[in-house]
Amino acid sequence: MRKGWSKRRAALERAKERAIELLIAVCGVSAVVFVFAIIYFVFREAAPLLFGGLDFGQFFGSEEWYPDSNSNKRYGALALIAGTVSVTTLAMVIAVPFGLGTAIYVSEFSTGRVKETLKIVIELLAAIPSVVWGFIGLVALNPLIIDAFGAPVGLNVLNGAFLLGLMSVPIMVSIGEDALKAVPDTYREAAEAMGATKWQVTWRVLLPAARNGLLAAVLLGVGRAIGETMAVLMATGHAVHIPTSPLDSVRTMTATIAAELGETARGSDHYRILFVLGTVLFLITFLVNLTADLAIRGIKKR
Amino acid sequence: MVSERPKVQFDKLTVRFGDHVALRDITLDVRHNEILGIIGPAGSGKTSLLRTLNRTLELTRGARVTGTVRIDADDIYRLGSVSDLRRRVGMVAPLPVGLPMSIYDNVAFAPRMSGVRDKTTLDGLVETCLTQAALWDEVKDRLADLGTKLSGGQQQRLTIARALSHEPEVLCLDEFSIAIDPVTTMRIEEVLKELKSTITILLVTNLVQQARRLADRSAFLLTSELVEVGPTEQLFGREPKDRRTFEYVHGMFG
Repeated sequence: MRKGWSKRRAALERAKERAIELLIAVCGVSAVVFVFAIIYFVFREAAPLLFGGLDFGQFFGSEEWYPDSNSNKRYGALALIAGTVSVTTLAMVIAVPFGLGTAIYVSEFSTGRVKETLKIVIELLAAIPSVVWGFIGLVALNPLIIDAFGAPVGLNVLNGAFLLGLMSVPIMVSIGEDALKAVPDTYREAAEAMGATKWQVTWRVLLPAARNGLLAAVLLGVGRAIGETMAVLMATGHAVHIPTSPLDSVRTMTATIAAELGETARGSDHYRILFVLGTVLFLITFLVNLTADLAIRGIKKR
Repeated sequence: MVSERPKVQFDKLTVRFGDHVALRDITLDVRHNEILGIIGPAGSGKTSLLRTLNRTLELTRGARVTGTVRIDADDIYRLGSVSDLRRRVGMVAPLPVGLPMSIYDNVAFAPRMSGVRDKTTLDGLVETCLTQAALWDEVKDRLADLGTKLSGGQQQRLTIARALSHEPEVLCLDEFSIAIDPVTTMRIEEVLKELKSTITILLVTNLVQQARRLADRSAFLLTSELVEVGPTEQLFGREPKDRRTFEYVHGMFG
């Protein structure tokens, strides 16, 4: 009698164990399912146009974006792509030295309370919602840029790049710091014992040793910047235009999707072309993330 | 060459790690161009003594140093630049660390930092140092390989080559031979005997016979204190000044 009871109990334990394992497996696999579901959905919406009548020459070669024109609809996304590329590039020019510099400072030069405070504040920077960043661009940076550079409008590439730069700094700092922390202390001591100054140790030993991790930090920052929507929508001036200077207003692919999708009829060409833009964005971020991933794998190998 | 002032002077040196006293009131002179053997059981403070000399001890958390250490006339704890001091003192640590760069770059690291750019000069330096460390023959055909890929014993010799590369006045060797085979150890010992005509060497070793072979004078440390220092023959002879020295070198300890 008693023996049977304990047998049942053991069976119950096993069942519970299996149920929990299954639940955890479902959680793990669900991420993959969601990603593929998103890819599938975006692609499905874009496909009819992608394979039926989209003029790729016009899409990639023309800056005439007139999806609403009654007589002559044109879908030239060149200016939008140029907008995304220009804002992201300038953002990285600002963010890479700043982000990596901060990572080096936090990891190597600061100690104790300064270090802890800095890490918390930088994480706080990551928690600011992007619409707040956009608001800062609109209200604070806009007049500042007009004053400082004499630009007619302060909502332009520079404004958006500045915001995006600051937004991608936290991710660069935290990943960059991890990469530097992963360099064994024995390297630092060995180099210092030969009379290297702190900066020489950093420049000649730590940066080369942490190179892949730092590259991954930069690329994830790039990914963050390319995908950002709200801040650039508010801060870059929303003008379809290939910029010739950082003070030109532009419009990015993300901002275009966000601004126009609500006004389109489902299934229309305009609706579909926005999904084509989404597909292009997706491909770009996918490539960037893949490269970052390979770079991180490079670290582990060594 | 022998001048009146010792090359290195430890004066009332005390080292603490938090509450633990690692070295107590050490007063010890190292003469120009001698090899001073430092012997003593584990935990007696030998390594701490060396690490005060290039001030890497202070990289350890909670380490505090009192007393003075002089190289020539300079109180090294009052020097402006720790980096300059460390270039004057070569250090070979017991656990070898190949820096994550090529073998060539490992050895050229310190010279480059002090501004040597000329390729021919660097090539010459790298060959000389690697030869002195008895490593040249093994690596001359693969100087571009990563230093971290060498075997433990080879990395050990690489650190010796590196310590010599900045042409130090004082060379500190901390258990340099633990990962090296006896034949290679002998070759390096021969090099050390030659080197002492130009530099001063502090040799920490657990192999008392190594101290006996190499050292002009020896110092015996025991539980953070300096028991005895004197000519090596005296410490290893029939009548060292202290009974404990006799017991240690003749393996009658504990």
